[in-house]
Amino acid sequence: MIENTDSKGVMKRRSPLLETWDNLRRSWGGMIGLALILAHFFIAIISPAIVPHDPLEMDSKNRSELPSWEHPFGTDKLGRDVFSRTLVGGRVSIAVTLAATLLALTWGGLAGILLGFLGGWVDEVAMRVVDALLAIPWLLVLLIIVSTFGTDAWIQALTFGFTYGYTIIRVARAATLDYVTHDFILAARARGERKSTVVLKELLPNVRDVLMVDGAMNWSWMLLGFSSLSFLGFGVPPPTPDWGYMIAVNREILATQPWSVFGPVLMLSTLIIGINLFADAFAKAMGLDRSQGAPI
Amino acid sequence: MSQALVQVSNLSIGYHNKRGKLVYVLKNINLTIQPGETVGLVGESGSGKSTLGQAMLGYLRAGSKVKEGGVDFAGHNMFALNDRQLESIRGGEIALIPQNAGKSLTPTIRVGGQIIETLLYKTKHTKETARKRMLELIAQVRLPHPDVIAQRYPHELSGGQQQRVAVAMALAGEPKMLVLDEPTTGLDVTTQAHILELLRDIVSKSGTAMMYISHDMGVIARVSDRVVIMYAGEIVEDSAAKEIFNAPAHPYARGLLESIPRLSLNGIPNSMPGQPPIPGTLPGCSFAPRCKFATDKCASEAPQPEKIPNTARMIRCHHWQEVIAADFSQELKQVFHTVQHKTQDKSAIELENVRITYHQSDWLDRLQKKPQPPATVDDITLNIRRGETMALVGESGSGKSTIVRALSGLLGTQGGSMKFLYENLNLKVDDRPLELCRRIQLVFQNPDASLNPRHMVAEILDQPLKLYFPAMTRDERRARQVALLERVRLDSRYRLRYPGQLSGGEKQRIAIARAFAAEPEVVLCDEVTSALDVSVQAAVLDLLAELQQEKKTTYIVIAHDLAVVKAIADRVAVLYQGRLCEVGAVNEIYAPPFHPYTETLLGAVLEPDPDTQPKLLANDTPELAPPAQGCPFQRRCPHHLGDICNTVTPPWQSSKDAPEHKIRCHIQLDELEAKQKAVMSE
Repeated sequence: MIENTDSKGVMKRRSPLLETWDNLRRSWGGMIGLALILAHFFIAIISPAIVPHDPLEMDSKNRSELPSWEHPFGTDKLGRDVFSRTLVGGRVSIAVTLAATLLALTWGGLAGILLGFLGGWVDEVAMRVVDALLAIPWLLVLLIIVSTFGTDAWIQALTFGFTYGYTIIRVARAATLDYVTHDFILAARARGERKSTVVLKELLPNVRDVLMVDGAMNWSWMLLGFSSLSFLGFGVPPPTPDWGYMIAVNREILATQPWSVFGPVLMLSTLIIGINLFADAFAKAMGLDRSQGAPI
Repeated sequence: MSQALVQVSNLSIGYHNKRGKLVYVLKNINLTIQPGETVGLVGESGSGKSTLGQAMLGYLRAGSKVKEGGVDFAGHNMFALNDRQLESIRGGEIALIPQNAGKSLTPTIRVGGQIIETLLYKTKHTKETARKRMLELIAQVRLPHPDVIAQRYPHELSGGQQQRVAVAMALAGEPKMLVLDEPTTGLDVTTQAHILELLRDIVSKSGTAMMYISHDMGVIARVSDRVVIMYAGEIVEDSAAKEIFNAPAHPYARGLLESIPRLSLNGIPNSMPGQPPIPGTLPGCSFAPRCKFATDKCASEAPQPEKIPNTARMIRCHHWQEVIAADFSQELKQVFHTVQHKTQDKSAIELENVRITYHQSDWLDRLQKKPQPPATVDDITLNIRRGETMALVGESGSGKSTIVRALSGLLGTQGGSMKFLYENLNLKVDDRPLELCRRIQLVFQNPDASLNPRHMVAEILDQPLKLYFPAMTRDERRARQVALLERVRLDSRYRLRYPGQLSGGEKQRIAIARAFAAEPEVVLCDEVTSALDVSVQAAVLDLLAELQQEKKTTYIVIAHDLAVVKAIADRVAVLYQGRLCEVGAVNEIYAPPFHPYTETLLGAVLEPDPDTQPKLLANDTPELAPPAQGCPFQRRCPHHLGDICNTVTPPWQSSKDAPEHKIRCHIQLDELEAKQKAVMSE
């Protein structure tokens, strides 16, 4: 039965994206998630202009201070304002992981679709390689690459983009397999379309939804991964403030000054929770429910 | 009427859509079913017939609510019962047989075990007696070797066998009422006809009432005493089967019956324009916008159910007197029409001894020198002339789709040659020149799957234009799109729609427009109308015929519906197990002498006429692989001669007055004709 018809019974034009937004708007979780993400973006962009103190400035007279009007989260061992550092601390991780997510989606997504479409021995060999790579603990892979090539932001982005890309291959391939047997792919092949056209014009638009949801999930994992590396001392080189690094350093004074750890933890978890809420609602809004057997 | 088995009173079911608006699925349904009665429930997709069927079992789809009225079954108010009470009634006193039995059987339990489970749970049988009863039930649905079948898992049975098991399981609870929701849709015609005969037989013997839901008027005519026609969530006519099929009183019933291709009449039937509205959205009669009898009164005032005096017929129409006064059988003859087109003598496509197999012997097979199994399709020699419509006919597994896939280059051949004029068609699509791809286009069965859901109609039509005519500018392509849409009788506004916003018939028009965008010389049509409602089927057939007349296109059509084939084909090739049985002009195929397989197929066709009955073979089970030697049809043939059929491949025969009509059989044609005429006059 047909809905959305105008007075003459002719259907209104509605793109699938508009439809998705319409569904998303009705989900509380999704809107909260989106608000959290946007708030983090906002803080990351404007924080250098609004921080009360220079996050790098060390005040040797006021070390390990308790919270006050001057320093809402107190100061750390070196006398730096924890509140200012917390606000600024997400800039690098958000930028690096966002760039890495786009990279991972692009190469992992395209590789997965291509493998699913080609099939045969190419697919077989490539998937065994992916399986082998997945068998290595992710933190170990990250540590090896980062300790070999350095910890510059662009190296981090490439590293995360590469390592998370091969989990996306699997997802993209599984989603593609659902579509390759559909008649519209057969129709395109029978027309004599080139393989690149079939992959980019026919398959990609259908697999895109699954990829976007998986990308959002990967983003939250990358944030955790990035903070873990940073916590272990392989993150952005100090003194650049970063949440993971702050948690590692201020951990020593956790017993006396819990607020110095509390700030970065709060920021990191609200962002990750926000992404997860959004990804869930986004998947439902597009008709891919993670709890109902979508290939994620 | 206190003795009624089912009493649906003033039932309205609806759900709230995303915007919180109430959308009705059923509106004010009143229906009474007496014990032992068989009622056919007919309507287009979306008419609410499945919802009504499920409501009989007290089942509502998630989100739906009963807004008014209720269902009373054998003294139970079905929507007032709790889950446990419903559980004890369902599967026992009332049972549902769904469309896809294969999916409704548990894949990990043997079918015998599943039936025993029902017996133990729903009847007083003990473990000892249940086994015996289970075997009886399997025998009752006429499955061979009950003890062997009982040991099988569902996937080890064919579709028809699975459906029989589902019937046996429904009967296990000794129901007073069976609800069947399109139980034979998707099965082969012969299998369907056999299952319907079985159901008729069981119902008349056990006195079980039956509600049979289907869109297929032929099936309904065969099984029902009474027919209920639904339109936009309402019952518009409720009459005895004979009355409705011979003199429909509602304009919608009339339109439906006029839109079905029939073996008894030549040509393409009438189509019904338009599509049903959402129930309860029009102030007047829901059918008024599509009705040729409609007056101003129909648009403003909703008709109430009325009884036709001196009959049990119920009708919901302001003008039923006028409708019933017009002679239906006369009108039926007038609506059937043919679209003339010219066939040239030159051949377009030539197939010679084509052989296609899916089997790939690996190195182990070769090492052991294992013999290759018989090829899926073998020894196909066929000549298709320019501008004609050649239909490939046969049950599933007859290889008709395989041949079409090979012609379109999606499958490779293992032997023989295929030619299109002077071009080699044995090449797979990747090796064919683009120009050759352009000249042969394909239209698929299911438009839902053949249109990319993420592309707007404009993009869908743009693809072949961009590919084959790279010199075209953007504006030229846009103009072509509009012209193509116009040609398939769609407004240019459709360019900006997505497939999900189109009805089934509209989608198939877009798929046809996409094929014709390439300006092809040959169009391969794979069951193009079988996924569509009957009311739009005729319109699509008309469109294909008109396009052929205009563009002189050659069609190769696959169809399992012999009435559809008769309506559009010039010549027919009958295939069984990937081998040709008979080739000839359409009028030659539909009259004796025909190949015994053609005879079997024609015998199973169900006409929308309760006075005709199918002519079935007593023991007829479809097979999964062709025999290694002899005639492919040897195991099912009603005129089997003996050893010669099992060992020698039959020769091609043709009579003197019709040299183009070829039958592959050992029996002499005169003899065959005499035998078949005798069967038909029985």
